[in-house]
Amino acid sequence: MSQTIDHVALLPAYLAAATALAVLLTDLFSRHPVPRIAVAGIGFAATAAAAVWLGTLPPRQTFCTDTGCSLVTGGPGAAIAATTALLGLAVLALSARPLLAGDAPPGEYAFLLACSVTGGVMLAYGRDLITLIVALETLTLPLYVLVAMRGGSRRGAVAAVNFLLVSVTAGAITLLGAALLYAVTGTLHLTGIAAALRGDTIPLTAVAVAVIITGVGFKLAAVPLHGWAPGSYDGAPLPIAAYLSTASKLGGVAVLLWLVTEAFPPVLHIAGPVLTVLAVATMSVGNLLALRQRRTVRLLAASSIAQAGYLLVPLAGLTALAGPPGTAATAATAVLVFALFYVMMEVAAFTGVIALRWPRADGGELGDLAGSLRAAPGPAVVLLLALAALAGLPPALAGLFAKITVVSSVAMAMPWLAVVVAVNAVVGLAYYLRFGVLLVRGRGTEPAPAGWPVTAVLALSVAALVIVGFAPQLLWRLASFG
Amino acid sequence: MTAVLIAVLALPAAGGVLAALGHRHRSAGWLATGFAAAGLLAAVFLPASRGDGPLWHRFDVAWAPAIGLRFDIGVDGISYPLIVLTALLTLLCCLHTMSETTRRPTALIGLLLAVEVGILGVFLAANIVAFFVFFEIVLLPMYAIIAFWGGPGRRAAAAKFALYTVLGSLLLLVGVYVVVSSTGTGDLVALAESGGGGMSPATQLVAFALLGVGFAVKSPLWPLHSWLPAAHTEAPTVGSVILAGVLLKMGTYGLIRVGLGVAPEGAHAAAPVLLVLAVAAIVVGGLICLAQRELKRLIAYSSVGHMGFVLLGIATLSGTGITAALYGNIAHGLITGLLFFLVGSIKQATGHGMLTELGGLRTTAPGLAGILGFAALASLGLPGLAGFWGEAFAVYATLAGDSTARAVAAAVAAAGAALAAAYLLRMIRRVNYGPPTAAVDGAAAALRVTPIRLALWGPLVAATVLLGVVPGLLLDGFTAAPFLEWVSR
Repeated sequence: MSQTIDHVALLPAYLAAATALAVLLTDLFSRHPVPRIAVAGIGFAATAAAAVWLGTLPPRQTFCTDTGCSLVTGGPGAAIAATTALLGLAVLALSARPLLAGDAPPGEYAFLLACSVTGGVMLAYGRDLITLIVALETLTLPLYVLVAMRGGSRRGAVAAVNFLLVSVTAGAITLLGAALLYAVTGTLHLTGIAAALRGDTIPLTAVAVAVIITGVGFKLAAVPLHGWAPGSYDGAPLPIAAYLSTASKLGGVAVLLWLVTEAFPPVLHIAGPVLTVLAVATMSVGNLLALRQRRTVRLLAASSIAQAGYLLVPLAGLTALAGPPGTAATAATAVLVFALFYVMMEVAAFTGVIALRWPRADGGELGDLAGSLRAAPGPAVVLLLALAALAGLPPALAGLFAKITVVSSVAMAMPWLAVVVAVNAVVGLAYYLRFGVLLVRGRGTEPAPAGWPVTAVLALSVAALVIVGFAPQLLWRLASFG
Repeated sequence: MTAVLIAVLALPAAGGVLAALGHRHRSAGWLATGFAAAGLLAAVFLPASRGDGPLWHRFDVAWAPAIGLRFDIGVDGISYPLIVLTALLTLLCCLHTMSETTRRPTALIGLLLAVEVGILGVFLAANIVAFFVFFEIVLLPMYAIIAFWGGPGRRAAAAKFALYTVLGSLLLLVGVYVVVSSTGTGDLVALAESGGGGMSPATQLVAFALLGVGFAVKSPLWPLHSWLPAAHTEAPTVGSVILAGVLLKMGTYGLIRVGLGVAPEGAHAAAPVLLVLAVAAIVVGGLICLAQRELKRLIAYSSVGHMGFVLLGIATLSGTGITAALYGNIAHGLITGLLFFLVGSIKQATGHGMLTELGGLRTTAPGLAGILGFAALASLGLPGLAGFWGEAFAVYATLAGDSTARAVAAAVAAAGAALAAAYLLRMIRRVNYGPPTAAVDGAAAALRVTPIRLALWGPLVAATVLLGVVPGLLLDGFTAAPFLEWVSR
């Protein structure tokens, strides 16, 4: 059977893959790091632009059979793909100085990053289990190496091995879930799975659903596959830690959203409770873990575990699904909106830390940042704003709206879950406040100037936070599953 | 005249931004104070060319429809006095900051104005989600004021304040979305007019419970008050004034505007609980005050008792009771604001807040002693001063319920008022009379009522007398508001 391929629908993925290839070629012909970084940067920008453009077109689909299509474009997909590419660009900018300083081989670094971004872009459009799992692995595999690329750090090697082991386990769990799901339904397309799951369910369905969700939870650093995050983030180069906590998580969010909105609508009564347990466990464990952290990046990592818990809450609310078909779409929109808010805060936070720590490659102890506000007001204010946003409090309105998004999605259906979120947010505030006060008190040592690319990311991330703080509706428009 | 409405919020916001940008310069502090003064002027002129609707003025634009959020602000006879009180106290605090020796005054003023914007927004909000957003704005600036300008135990006190408050406000958030999800609107006026937007009694009870606990933490209503004494004791003078004067009112105002407004049937179901909590707060607050040995702590705990009277008025759910509660709100803001200015000055001048270290103020600093005596008499509810009307009518409204339980509650509350007299007179006896202690004697110069201090305290004294003699100034505004009719039917 031959079929026509809609190459337009594949454009962002082509561009992301071409970026990787172009970096590889540049690496052959040029000895200087700048061209490689520049090529990757241009490639990421082009990928993002293509994703945005594709998002303005009516939805397209390709690689279709009678059970469904493997590749579908649309609004939320465009938001995920464009954000992933932009995050790649941001991480590249944050890595520019270390790469120029020879901390890591620039060609390999940019190539691996581009490969990972390609995986992330594919996740935004994939709609069958194989495409999604291959894309997930494409997103993850390059990160093993990138995590270890902190010049002369043993912590990096440990972090990479740790990450590898958990990731392989998670990959196996996800595959097992996919295999079980295939065994139950006999199809790989998500829409086909939904059709096959309608009617009576057998116990194996529940196992398949629970296993695949747990496996994907690894990318979000959701409990029980969360343990790798603090160590791996802390051992990785700071920009890669930022990537792990944003783009990599966004990939997990994408898979979860496609599963819930396309494949699982008939079995939300099974998926909902699984997600509820994951959400409650993840936010509680993450917050308690964060309370005892003494190292900056470990704190941010633990806090990002907690945030992953909040992120799952709207999906957990689907347990109480009363029947209206729009509910899954509403919950999915809420999750994606929260995820977009979250990546902005996280990029701002990590960029702040990078600027305050330069030229050191790690996040150090919390105490190392004491008194940053006087020593380096610019990055410190950004970091403070990001912390306020993560705590969900004004003046960071973006964070407040993120919190509102989560609570509003379940307040009516499951008030108790909203109250659990509330209690967790109180615990969260305790460590964000501790960190924030530390930055304000006293006078620390002034960091070296981190270079214009870091400053640019700093400025753009704050601008993004401020804009969505005053015009939050923008994100709903971007992320609508309608 | 929506321009005035917007100016009330925009002027302090602009002042706050200026102060933040120029936080190293004293002149920026004065400039920001000017903006606070202009904001007060705008607030005073709010009644000008008022419309006929339930709100005098209204400004309503969509903000984030997906979460039911509209930038919808308005003002009526119920919120107007609180808005003026907020603008007045903030201005006085700015002037206090600039006139006394304060560390980094401009930064402090920036934070005070940020707090003011949040509080004003709460009083102005006509959309329940916007109400919540403004409610949250207050938290971090107030935290910073306590944590960076406070006394020796400030860090723990500030953290306690923040954690308690955020728990309350998150429960509030859940309540807000129970309302928004089940009615499909966040319009506080429409919700109040329709008596809950068609929510079932059970849903209303859930909503009221969540909202009520949220507001109870802020007010703070016994037994959720334990953050308050620590925060007050450690906060700088201006922090205490704002905290007691207007920040607590966000809780009681919210309970009336949002709690009674959107979930009247829930409020009816919960009224007996509120009544018991109110009486308990009055008695417990009074008893704790009798045992206090620290001046600021004593005034702080007295707020628990006074807020008990406000809750008592609310719990009657009658027009008289709610009017009394609203009156008590304003009176407490003026009187306790004044008291915190006074004890703050005493503590700063003498370096002591313990009652045992103070005494003989009457001989050393007769002016200050006189004003302190006046404020204490006003606080204990002396007829003829502002504190009397709210508490007397709260008790009267409780009695008017024609049930034995309410008669008992009224009797206990009245006895609680006697406790207030006991602890305040005890405070006056300790601080004003007897031989001057070493601490007071050594600070005679710093305890003088300077012209600047007179200018700061004078408006509060004058307003206390004025509202005591002419209560109609406020009452007419309250009773003319359609909102009062909606919630008390």
